Amino acid sequence: MADAVIDAGPRRAQTAVSADETSWRGSAGGYLFLAPWLLGFFGLTLGPALASLYLSFTDFDLLGTPRWVGAANYVRIATSDDKFVAAMHVTFLYVALAVPLKLAFALMVAMILNKGIRGLPLYRAMFYLPSLIGASVAIAVLWRQLFAGDGLLNQALALVGIRGPSWISDPDTSLYTLVALSVWQFGSPMIIFLAGLRQISKDVYEAAEIDGASRSQQFWRITLPLLTPVIFFNAVVQTIDAFKAFTPAFIISGGTGGPIDSTLFYTLYLYQEAFAYFRMGYASALAWILVLIIAAFTALAFLSSRYWVHYDG
Amino acid sequence: MAEPAPSSRGGRGRSLAAHVVLCLASLAMLYPLLWMLASSFKPETDIFGSASLWPRHFSLEAYWRGWSGLQVTFGKFFINSLIVSLCCVVGNVMSCSLAAYAFARLNFRGKNVWFALMLGTLMLPYHVTLIPQYVLFLNLGWVDTFLPLIVPKFLAVDAFFIFLLVQFFRSIPRELDEAAMIDGCGPWRIYRTVILPLSLPALATAGIFTFIWTWDDFFGPLVYLNDMNSYTVQLGLRSFVDSTGKSDWGALFAMSTLTLLPVFAFFLFFQRLLIDGIATTGLKG
Repeated sequence: MADAVIDAGPRRAQTAVSADETSWRGSAGGYLFLAPWLLGFFGLTLGPALASLYLSFTDFDLLGTPRWVGAANYVRIATSDDKFVAAMHVTFLYVALAVPLKLAFALMVAMILNKGIRGLPLYRAMFYLPSLIGASVAIAVLWRQLFAGDGLLNQALALVGIRGPSWISDPDTSLYTLVALSVWQFGSPMIIFLAGLRQISKDVYEAAEIDGASRSQQFWRITLPLLTPVIFFNAVVQTIDAFKAFTPAFIISGGTGGPIDSTLFYTLYLYQEAFAYFRMGYASALAWILVLIIAAFTALAFLSSRYWVHYDG
Repeated sequence: MAEPAPSSRGGRGRSLAAHVVLCLASLAMLYPLLWMLASSFKPETDIFGSASLWPRHFSLEAYWRGWSGLQVTFGKFFINSLIVSLCCVVGNVMSCSLAAYAFARLNFRGKNVWFALMLGTLMLPYHVTLIPQYVLFLNLGWVDTFLPLIVPKFLAVDAFFIFLLVQFFRSIPRELDEAAMIDGCGPWRIYRTVILPLSLPALATAGIFTFIWTWDDFFGPLVYLNDMNSYTVQLGLRSFVDSTGKSDWGALFAMSTLTLLPVFAFFLFFQRLLIDGIATTGLKG
């Protein structure tokens, strides 16, 4: 079941021929069922996306009418916006740390759980729980306390004689508390890894064992290559998600992205521009740059996948 | 599922080691949550005195302080969140199942193009539609109502769920549709009497995820709700953080615990569905 996403292709192709042969009159039923989605697609997705592309070339404060300024917003972003640079730095650092760590953790735990261990459903549930609640305000509140100067972590460190810094209010460490929060939610990629591991036939390992392959050889030569489609999927989903992270940074920094912009996630900066300063044109330009970044990453992942993702057959 | 028993003695030793590692890891992960729960029952002076999980003096006082800590009580926030979340569940399940049925079962011109566009919207970050949507809802006079949060769900904007349901509908044998067609059923009756009843697990998965995500959503309410009377629990909690600051962790933990309860409840009762849902479609959870 794990690769339902991946095998959607061929089955879709089967219906292609018959759909094109259908006459427009025979299509009415289909369009009736599709009507709510079509309305949403044009009214809430495509229309607004085009509108924001237009707004990104204007100066718009929500009250007046948008004033065309050409590429001025993009020029300012590219040349003279220190906050943008800070936000990019924070966001890329966050993505570069949180995604690999989270996936490595998820894979490690999934491999331990896949050894036919007793109580698997219980462990799986416990590890999954943080993923389900991690984006809520309550957890961000808890996190703020855990890593505060007098928080739980420093109390624990004090027991072994270490005086920890105030992790949240120190600009050198604040981002790492958010990385930790992301890694804490390794449960959902872990479940996908588990489903992927279960697809690998036991015969392959038995054959390898007979040939005298060591455990680490089995991991590098069998498990990892056969798991690449799942790794690919998880990496793409988690990267896109990490670029969009918002709530924890907002709550932990009190909406400022501080201290000294050290938790100024891209989305937080965008939110401030749009809804604190009402620079809607500028915020639209920021949104489109985010789209381009995510599109570039996704394209890169798909293009590179030819070289490292192995599909059966 | 069948779990092969560890065969050799070495296998048993390894399995014991794995249990120790897993137990320690899950304890480390869940400790903050348990500590928050315990702290919410401790008197204020005890919270930072100890990292222990058992309150020495059990007290519900933090809950009373928190419940009416703002000028609007948390009761109002809970009702608001419940209204928004339930409406979103109904909207998503209805609109996404209609679209999914069209994609999975009906033939119509341009279907493949629409399907590709639908998948394309999965990748689109919501930030790019955010501002024009805000302008639209502002002009409709919908800001400070729940409509901007609910109406989009009735228009199937969560392509994730369409995709999940398409996958599930495709696994239902077509012979059932054909038998119903021979009996004279049109697409609408097939959808209602064949497909929907057979898809309850998938519909439940979509519904539960919608509920949890809407309940936890902070960004949407932050943008659209300004009046405290229309706050959802997430916004209420955030205001509470801002107003108490660091002065009353007990009450803050008590209210945080309360806002997590509905999600915990869903987790306890529907774990299987949630986990299968992620394993099948790669939902972010």
